[in-house]
Amino acid sequence: MTPDKDEDNKEEMVEIFVMGKRYEVPKGLTIMTALEYAGYKFTRGCGCRGGFCGACSTVYRTEDEYKLKMDLACQTAVEDGMFLVQLPFMPAVREAYDIEEVDPEEHDNVLLDYYPEVARCVSCNTCTKACPQDIEVMDYVQAALRGDIERTAELSFDCIQCGLCSIRCPADIKHYHMAQMARRIHAKYNQPESDELAKRVEEIEKGEYDEEMEKLVNMEKEKLKKRYDERDIKEEG
Amino acid sequence: MSEGYPDYMEESIKKVEETRSERMDKTPDRMDPDQADEVLNNFHPDYREEGKKEIEIGPSTGRKAPTEVAEMLEAHSLIDPSEIDLSQVDYDVDVLIVGGGGAGTVAALWAVEEGIDPEDILIATKLRHGDSNSMMAQGGIQVADREDDSPIRHYLDAIGGGHFTNEQELVKALTMDAPKVLDWHEELGMMYDREDDGNFTELPGGGTSRYRLHSAGDYTGMELMRTLIDEARNIDIPVQEFTPAVELLKDDKGQVAGALLMNLETNEYYVARAKSTVMATGGFGRLHIQSYPTTNHYGATADGLVMGYRAGVPIRDMDSVQYHPTGAAHPDQIVGLLVTEKVRSLGAQPVNKDGELFVNPLEPRDIEAAALIRECYGEDNGVKTPTGMKGVWLDSPLIEEKKGEGTIEENLPAMVRLYERFGIDMTEKPILVFPTLHYQNGGLEINADGSTAVPGLFAGGEVEGGVHGKNRLMGNSLLDYNVFGRRAGINAASHAKNTSLGELTLDHIRKYENQLSEAGIETDKKSPMLLPEYRGEEVLKRHLDVEVTL
Repeated sequence: MTPDKDEDNKEEMVEIFVMGKRYEVPKGLTIMTALEYAGYKFTRGCGCRGGFCGACSTVYRTEDEYKLKMDLACQTAVEDGMFLVQLPFMPAVREAYDIEEVDPEEHDNVLLDYYPEVARCVSCNTCTKACPQDIEVMDYVQAALRGDIERTAELSFDCIQCGLCSIRCPADIKHYHMAQMARRIHAKYNQPESDELAKRVEEIEKGEYDEEMEKLVNMEKEKLKKRYDERDIKEEG
Repeated sequence: MSEGYPDYMEESIKKVEETRSERMDKTPDRMDPDQADEVLNNFHPDYREEGKKEIEIGPSTGRKAPTEVAEMLEAHSLIDPSEIDLSQVDYDVDVLIVGGGGAGTVAALWAVEEGIDPEDILIATKLRHGDSNSMMAQGGIQVADREDDSPIRHYLDAIGGGHFTNEQELVKALTMDAPKVLDWHEELGMMYDREDDGNFTELPGGGTSRYRLHSAGDYTGMELMRTLIDEARNIDIPVQEFTPAVELLKDDKGQVAGALLMNLETNEYYVARAKSTVMATGGFGRLHIQSYPTTNHYGATADGLVMGYRAGVPIRDMDSVQYHPTGAAHPDQIVGLLVTEKVRSLGAQPVNKDGELFVNPLEPRDIEAAALIRECYGEDNGVKTPTGMKGVWLDSPLIEEKKGEGTIEENLPAMVRLYERFGIDMTEKPILVFPTLHYQNGGLEINADGSTAVPGLFAGGEVEGGVHGKNRLMGNSLLDYNVFGRRAGINAASHAKNTSLGELTLDHIRKYENQLSEAGIETDKKSPMLLPEYRGEEVLKRHLDVEVTL
């Protein structure tokens, strides 16, 4: 049951090329930590380091491949013979809108009103191939074209807005900005509002909890502890 | 790419699988206060005195902080005030917001609601707008909106979770504002998980007595943050990215009057004068307290804590650090990354190398974390990884046994994706976890309106302390930045309307330098840190300190 403390594994090095320059880095690092190991200090191209923020879009190819691959530097292990570069910034246009003015009932296709270039999609599927989140990008663009806001919102939900889709798109569609708008419209106009929440907000505004809250705020610690320890806990819902 | 688990770990997984059906419906009782004290005292990193130090200068002299934090507070400023020309003002605004994460963006939006023209606001942020821990939060946000729940219960849970060390007025604000915050999110169009009738899908969290956790898959933080950014862009709030504040500015009346900013790429400084300043820089995970790995984003280096403290704001509860019970422990590439508490909310149990369930899965975070550390290092029941660290299993496949096939994919897409990249299918196999540095419980002292002891300075989010006392519950940090970002924004706006500034000064930095030398502190450290150092040792040894000119 004890693992071999594999010193040899630790010392195993791979060769990578950062914008053409060759470095030897330990196998098992991510592209991000390999760049740091090699001596790069990030200002751009590094954000959450956990796959949520889209700051570290990377384009690379490997020695025996002609194809360009795209991924997140913080979530991809280095491979021997990797040629890579990070994309620090994506100058994509984004349309401003007023969330109160985009009721889909009042527009023919509200997404197209703001992002008409969506209609230029040639269904090449390059966006989908570029997506590090494996989102069906082209499918949601097609859904947007049909005016299906719900499907656009749901298919695009895991988008981290790294912009790789839009860099690759031959029709210059700004997928991720359009999808952001779709999700907000869907949440605001298609999803029913919560009665429970509305009721609670009203109770608070009427001051229904004020008296008891004041009691708690001024309660001496021992009494408060007792109240905490005695509260019932709902384990199953 | 590393693929799956080595054989010796697979052997332990077999034991986990063998015990699964008999554990399935068992939930160990939550610890009583004495049991909790015992495990905390013996195993929680906060309860080790060696890792801490008394702060020797400034408004909270004598209070304790982790050594790594104290060293940042007892360091020299990055700037020499005599080299700064304050007569040329580059930005002149009503409200300056330092930090473009959740708290800062919420503050900006509410300052506009309160009547400040977006043009008279500036968000200055170190990395990109939205680069923050807010973006990474997975589990959800606590709001007591159900019939069987109430702000009163939420208050009790939060204050008990914080071991009754929280500032009561702040907890009141947190729990009473929560429904209003969610109502605002509904208006903005955030895609929360809902039932067919429109009411929210809710789960329990560690230390909560009701189902109160609202989420958007396991991308809750991202969904909130990207929507807030979208709205800030829609109303054209100016943002300077890659432009951190390096010190606060004051005026000759003793008010905070903006900040000195620095272009992170050219190192040029800018004078940003502001009638109100909101500190919203987040926490300190990248200081790696007690050498723990962290879930935090790249810029979490306690900058606002340092700047606020130098400007005269006391700090509190800095001696308590939140270690999230479940950080990834294997594979090596993702060590320390967050495994959201939602995995346990959905039914996964922590089990040891022999497949035994050893703790209630939903204790408050400090207790749960201490119990995991005890299992690994007190009892030696952990699983050792190929790189030599220990962890326990989080039995994720149990979720689907309990709630049906597809539950994990639907509720935890980010987690599934994280593990899939390294050849592990968490719907089939358990995942190995160990506590990881997650959250700064304490911070700058604030009042319930988001103001601080220094006029003109407000704070919201992880940089401030008191809301959570010495331990924060799951789902209260997204709530914190919304509640106190909002309060700070509103009150910064009204302060700005009723204030006039005097002559700008950096005298407080000179005074702080004097205090350092009077206290006999000799250090070559400078702060704020801005960015952590991860470059390879070999490279740094050969690093030439030359400026290359064109």
